[in-house]
Amino acid sequence: MASKKFLYVNRKAPHGSIYALESLEVVLIGAAFEQEVTLAFVDDGVYQLLQNQDSSALGSKNFSPTYRALGDYDVNRIFVERESLELRGLAKEDLMPLTWEDEDDDWAEKDSIHVVSSKELAEIIEQQDVLLNF
Amino acid sequence: MSVLHIVNKSPYERNSLETCLRLARPGSAILLIEDGVYAVRAGSSASARLQQALEDHPVYALRADLQARGVQPESLIDGITLVDYDGFVELTTEYEKSQSWL
Repeated sequence: MASKKFLYVNRKAPHGSIYALESLEVVLIGAAFEQEVTLAFVDDGVYQLLQNQDSSALGSKNFSPTYRALGDYDVNRIFVERESLELRGLAKEDLMPLTWEDEDDDWAEKDSIHVVSSKELAEIIEQQDVLLNF
Repeated sequence: MSVLHIVNKSPYERNSLETCLRLARPGSAILLIEDGVYAVRAGSSASARLQQALEDHPVYALRADLQARGVQPESLIDGITLVDYDGFVELTTEYEKSQSWL
């Protein structure tokens, strides 16, 4: 099966609904099937990547650390919309550091998160084969 | 053709339409369904924004959803194309992919 370009568009905050956790699980499944996976974080979706989340006191699954596993699944194209960050008073430094190791570059550790403008993200959306929304 | 953007939320409850318009490239289409159709009512703040968007995008609205909500065809801003369910299906085949702004 030829691989397809999948874009997961995440627009919901992480703990008020099940969308973020469901998205993360589907992303990991999609990556296991060796599809070309890209993630976009827009609107309240940017809160999913905020550092220092700990939902253990809520009695729900503390899934924030799982984002760090994405790099091991070759999910290293993670785009965060700059306008959404700025509107919420956030910058890239407020997000958890997500990295991957580039085997073609002597396993150098590289950033997975790319902050992009609306215009750039609009182009990324157009380049995909399949769009999945959470 | 490119992307069919589908918006099903009221512009006064969610930012789905606003985000859609920010991230839709010129030439892509916008289809309003369910509570998304409230945006097409002339004189509303959302319709002013849509009026602008019409310069770059064809904008469609689902007739059954307008009818259900009492949004009369004569109260729509100019330039909106009404579609029935068959038209909805045709749009999803005409465009390469659909983006649903939940």
